[in-house]
Amino acid sequence: MNQSIAPIEQYTAAFEQFEKQTAGKEPDWLHQIRKEAFAYLQETGFPNSRMEEWRHTNLSPLLQQSFQLCRDDRHDVAADEILPFLVENLDAHQLVFINGRLDPKLSDLHGLPEGVRVESIASLLQTDAARLEPYLACQGSFEGSIFAALNTAFMQDGAYIYIPKGAAVDKPIHFLYYSAPNGEHLASHPRSVIVAGQSSQAVIIESYAGRCGEEYFTNAVTEVALGPNASIEQCKLQRDSDKAYHMTVLQAHLDRDSRYKHHSIILGGGFVRNDIHSILDAEGIHCTLNGLSMADGNRHIDNHTWIRHAKPNCESHELYKGILDDKSSGVFKGQIYVAKDAQKTDAKQANQTLLLSDEAEMNSMPQLEIYADDVKCTHGATTGQLDDDAIFYLQSRGVNQKAARSLLTYAFANEIVHQIGCEPIRGQLDRLLHERLPMA
Amino acid sequence: MLKIQNLHASVEGNEILKGIDLSVNAGEVHAIMGPNGSGKSTLSQVLAGNEAYEVTGGSVDFEEKDLLEMETDERACEGIFMAFQYPVEIPGVSNSYFLKTALNSVRKYHGLPELDAVEFIELVNEKIGLVDLPKELLKRSVNEGFSGGEKKRNEIFQMAVLDPKLAILDETDSGLDVDALRIVAGGVNKLRSNKRAIIVITHYERILNYLRPDFVHILANGRIVKSGDFDLALKVENEGYDWLKNELQTEQPVGA
Repeated sequence: MNQSIAPIEQYTAAFEQFEKQTAGKEPDWLHQIRKEAFAYLQETGFPNSRMEEWRHTNLSPLLQQSFQLCRDDRHDVAADEILPFLVENLDAHQLVFINGRLDPKLSDLHGLPEGVRVESIASLLQTDAARLEPYLACQGSFEGSIFAALNTAFMQDGAYIYIPKGAAVDKPIHFLYYSAPNGEHLASHPRSVIVAGQSSQAVIIESYAGRCGEEYFTNAVTEVALGPNASIEQCKLQRDSDKAYHMTVLQAHLDRDSRYKHHSIILGGGFVRNDIHSILDAEGIHCTLNGLSMADGNRHIDNHTWIRHAKPNCESHELYKGILDDKSSGVFKGQIYVAKDAQKTDAKQANQTLLLSDEAEMNSMPQLEIYADDVKCTHGATTGQLDDDAIFYLQSRGVNQKAARSLLTYAFANEIVHQIGCEPIRGQLDRLLHERLPMA
Repeated sequence: MLKIQNLHASVEGNEILKGIDLSVNAGEVHAIMGPNGSGKSTLSQVLAGNEAYEVTGGSVDFEEKDLLEMETDERACEGIFMAFQYPVEIPGVSNSYFLKTALNSVRKYHGLPELDAVEFIELVNEKIGLVDLPKELLKRSVNEGFSGGEKKRNEIFQMAVLDPKLAILDETDSGLDVDALRIVAGGVNKLRSNKRAIIVITHYERILNYLRPDFVHILANGRIVKSGDFDLALKVENEGYDWLKNELQTEQPVGA
C-alpha cells in the first residue's frame, strides 16, 4: 500500500500545466532543472513515517489536501495588513511577496549600496537569467529532499540577494513572504538565493507570515553561499497562520573563514518542517545555528538540521530550544557529521525543550557521526517542565502563578533571542514574547 | 499581627507540625530555635504557602485575615516575606527585572501605580547599600553563580525593597562566615521598625547576638516547647538542646 500515489498524480497534472504556462518564457537550463526535480519527485514519492527522517512527522494531513498554485499576482493585501510582520524600528532594504509573488508597491529598495542586488527572482529570470544560473539549484540541489524537489519544479518567485566582494551592507535586508489566499487553497514555493561575496557582510531577515486563520501551503527553499571570509547573520522569522502548512529547506554552503549565524524563530504554522543543511567546506569557518520554536494547540513543529564538517579547524555551535504547550508536538533531529579530514573540529549541539502541559510531546534525536580522531564534539538534549521551586520563589515575592510561569518561559526563550545581533529584531521578538506570555 | 493556633502540617503524609501556637505583634522580633528536624523550616514554608506542605489542622490569621486561604503571591502582597534558606537560582531572569516585577506586582495589588525604570533605580540605589550588595549582581541572573553570602544578602536586599510587614528569615545565618553574618544581621537590624515584625528561624544562636530578639521559642518535635527572652538563647548556646530533652521527658505527661 502506498499512500503517496494520489498526491504525486495530482502534482503530475499540475506540473504538465505549469510546463505549458512557462514554455518559452524561461531559460532552458531552468526548465531542465525543473524536469529533473519533478522526475526525482515521481520516482521517490512523498515520504511516509516509516522513513527515518519522517518518523515523527506524519505527512498525511498535508498530502490529503489539494493546494493550487497562485495564478496571478492580484491580491487584496493593503500595506497596513503586513505592517505587523515588518520589523518595527527597522530601516531595511525590503522585498514583500504576496502569495509567492513580488509586490513592488509594498517593497522598498531605495538607496541600495552600489553593487548590492536585492530583487525578485521572477524578474531577474526575465532580465538577466544568466546571473542566477550558477546559484539556483546548485547547492546539492534537491537530492534527498523531496520538498526541495517540489519547490524546484514549481518555484515562481523569491528573493535574490547578491552582496559583492568586500561590501558591507549598510542596513539589514528583509524579505517577507506573506500569504493571504482568501479561502482558496493556495500553495507557494518561494525560492530565495543569497550570495555573499568574499569578505562581505550583511544582516538578512527572512520572514514568513500569513493572514490569521487561513489555510495554505508554503514550501520554501533558501540557498545560501558564503564566499571566503564573508560574515552573514540571518534570521528566519516564521509567523504563519496557525492553520498553515510550512515546509522549508535551507542549504548553506560556507567557504573558508566565513562566519554564518542563523536563527530560526518559529512562532506560527500548524504543521511545520524546517530543514537546515549547513556545509562547512573549507577551513576556519564559524557556523552558528540557533532555533526557537513555540507551539500550542495541536500544532506540530519539526526541526531537522545537518551540519557537515568537511574540512579541518571549523567550529559549529547549535542551540535549539522548543516551548510546547497544550497538545502540541515537536521534533528535533540534529546531525553533526565530521569527515575524516575534518581534524580539530569543535562542534557543540544542544536541544532543550520546555513542556508546558502534560499532553505536549517532544522527540529529540541528536546524532553525531565522526570519522576524524582529533575533534571536540558535544551534544545534549533535555526535556523538562518549569521549575516548581522557581515558581514558588517568584510567588513568594508577590508574582502570581500565571505571571511567574510566563516569566520563566520568557527567560527560557530569551537565551535564543539574546544571541541575535540585530537590535530591532531582538526588540520585536521581545514584544512578541511578551504578548504571548503576559506577565501581569 | 500574626496569630498561629494549634497548627498541624504534614509532608508526604508525615506529620511535622503537631500543634503550634504563636502570636507575633508589630515591632517584635521573635527567634525560633530548635534542633534539626524539629519543624522550623516546615513552619516557615507553611507560612509562605508552599503547596508541598499540607496543613492538616489549626489556623493562621495575619492582620485578621485567614492566611491559609491565600495563595503564596497573595500572602506576599499582603506583606509576608520569607528569606529562603536556599534561595532559588533563576537562569535568564536578571535580578533587577525579577525584583521590579515583584515590586510592581505588590504595588498593583494595593492599587498603586507601577514604578517606572527611573523610580525603581532610585529605590534600588537607596536600599542596596543596606547589605553592601555589589551592583553588578543586579544585572546577573537571579542568584545564579552567587556565593552563599551573596545569596543571603540578596534575600535581605529584596526584603528591603519589598518592605514587608512580617519577615520570616529561614536560617538566613546558616553557612555564613562571621563577616557575611555581620553584614546580613546589620541589614536586618536597619530594617527593624515598630511597624514590622520579624521571625528569625535559626539553628544557631550566633545571629541572635546581633539581632537581640524580644522573644525566643524552642521548637522540638513539631511543637513550641519553651518560650522565653534572649536568655533562653544563651542557655541553648551554653548547654545545647540536651537539657530540653530531659526537661521535656519529665513534663511529658502534661502534653500526653
